[in-house]
Amino acid sequence: MISTVYAITLVGIGLVIAVFYFVIANSKEADPDYPSITKKWYGVRSKWFLFLLVLGITVSVLSTNPFPTPDQKKEYSGGDYQNVTVDSHQWYWIMTPSTVKAGQPVEFQVSSADVNHGFGIYDEKLTLVAQTQAMPGYTNKLIHTFDKPGKYKILCLEYCGLAHHAMISELTVE
Amino acid sequence: MSATEVNGKIEYSDPENRNALIAVKSHLIAGFLVFLLMMIAGFTMRAAQGTWLEIGADLFYQIMTVHGVGVVGAAMITSTGVQWYFLRQYVRLSNGIFWTNFFIFLTGVVLILGSIFVGKYGGAWTFLFPLPAISMGAWSNGAAALFQAGLLIIGVGFLILYLDFGRAILARYGSLARALGLTQLFGKEPVDYKHPAAVVASTMVLIVNFMGIAAGAVVLVMGLINLFYPEFKPDALLMKNLIYFFGHVVINATIYASVIAVYELLPRYTGRPWKTNKPFYAAWFAIVFMVMGVYPHHLMMDFAMPNWALVVGQVLSFGSGIPVMVVTGYGALMIVYRSGIKWTTSAKLLFLSMFGWWAGVIPAILDAMVTVNRAFHNTLWVPGHFHFYLLLGLLPMLIGFAYFLAGEGDSKEQPKATDKLGFYAYLIGAFMTSMVFLASGASSIPRRWAAHMPEWVSFAQVGTVAAALVVLGMLLFIIRALVSLPGASNPR
Repeated sequence: MISTVYAITLVGIGLVIAVFYFVIANSKEADPDYPSITKKWYGVRSKWFLFLLVLGITVSVLSTNPFPTPDQKKEYSGGDYQNVTVDSHQWYWIMTPSTVKAGQPVEFQVSSADVNHGFGIYDEKLTLVAQTQAMPGYTNKLIHTFDKPGKYKILCLEYCGLAHHAMISELTVE
Repeated sequence: MSATEVNGKIEYSDPENRNALIAVKSHLIAGFLVFLLMMIAGFTMRAAQGTWLEIGADLFYQIMTVHGVGVVGAAMITSTGVQWYFLRQYVRLSNGIFWTNFFIFLTGVVLILGSIFVGKYGGAWTFLFPLPAISMGAWSNGAAALFQAGLLIIGVGFLILYLDFGRAILARYGSLARALGLTQLFGKEPVDYKHPAAVVASTMVLIVNFMGIAAGAVVLVMGLINLFYPEFKPDALLMKNLIYFFGHVVINATIYASVIAVYELLPRYTGRPWKTNKPFYAAWFAIVFMVMGVYPHHLMMDFAMPNWALVVGQVLSFGSGIPVMVVTGYGALMIVYRSGIKWTTSAKLLFLSMFGWWAGVIPAILDAMVTVNRAFHNTLWVPGHFHFYLLLGLLPMLIGFAYFLAGEGDSKEQPKATDKLGFYAYLIGAFMTSMVFLASGASSIPRRWAAHMPEWVSFAQVGTVAAALVVLGMLLFIIRALVSLPGASNPR
């Protein structure tokens, strides 16, 4: 998903550059008949607006059904889920247990004892695979199924003070 | 009220105009100097992350804090200078109140600098509750209080200024709805193609910033009470909502205030009118709500937030991109296309700002999708998109306006070699800075980390080179502003 989003961004920015370049390249010679230019391009604009509207509605509906973050009211206990309690502190994580199995969903119950932290799970290639915020007074339920065994890193993704960047732990996936 | 009165410009006395011009120039020069310092701060952080510079984590996070608050402050004060310059031509504004806000702002800046570099406050400009009160000994409650008091004082100054904007707009147009063009949009009055865009944009900025700053004042006061009476513990999620509502609105509003320069100056440079019409009014009416309603996109990884709020954040983020892609940016393309425009530095910068805003929309609306946000939230993708907006959208508007005010826009001379060097150094540096941030975000590198892992260092090193180019470009722009602006007469 990350590479798709990045590719869409690069292509999109490239297209915007192309459009601006086209206009700059066609800017020096003056066409005194501006009303004709506006008439033509207002027509294009209506279609462009309609396209954006349809795109926005389609993407919004498709990307939020089902809703991408876990239902917080649901209980994820029982045999289907592995459960890990995550307590975050300035500047360390306490995970109980800190070893889980691949292939079975894990429910992380993430909370904070002091300030806001960000619970970010990174794989061995340092790619972010899942995250949620850790906030005092709240417990966020994060569900993730690990495809591969390995040593995953937990990094803090919300600025939490002077050792924020050193708030690193390890999760073993067997 | 007759059309002549509505569309006519306000006449001021010569001393008032001279004083107003000095005030606008003061806003620009002060703002640019702060921007330059903040760019040097940004360069320093990237160099530290790239292992080319050794600084302690405490100093890094102080620099990060001053960088964030400094850029927001500079954006607010400079964009207000641009907005006030044009708005006062259509409604009668008070020079005294404009100056009052300026000096209140400077007072707030002194308090904030004291809190960071004397009190060692390093809780980030977002002062996310309860971090200011829980620093593990890095800074005192007094330093955190000074920081928040500085912000509060600056907010009060702007509220006073907006009261003057509101008074003046109401005195001329009778209602905010009429100033926004809603009476024309909904057919109660005929469409007046000469209704000033500056008035429409300023009314929108007035409404959203009044709400945003009021929310900021509430959260700052609650934070201050908590610092001294820890038993008063507001809900952390409520505080986060208020902070991001405030923060998002005030920084977002700066670009909507500054775009007035594009509406006013591109017609001047192309000899073509920028007519206000129904799509224009509809876009700005929608922006009022979108700028205020979009902030939950900062809270998508807070699973305690109701799903509907996150859907609103996602949908309005996409919606916020539409006015620039359909009205303002699109309008700029039309007005420049086959116009015979002379590409002065001012014209180049204003047109560049449209590109930066438009292109910056793409990474922003993608990250504002809940499903995408799971992989990009709080990575360097986020500064990637807002550096696009700020370096390539907002700042070119502000600097383009400064060149206009220095008389360059209407000059028959070709841009000087230093202007060209400044422009291209800035353009390449700003584009590289933003793209390296985006590439870093796509590599999952977290934001706000004082020390980077070895795998990430090369990104930061390229980012350092890019930041150096931005600093060089900005330095040349500032030298030009300091040389040309003080003695320049008001362009006619």
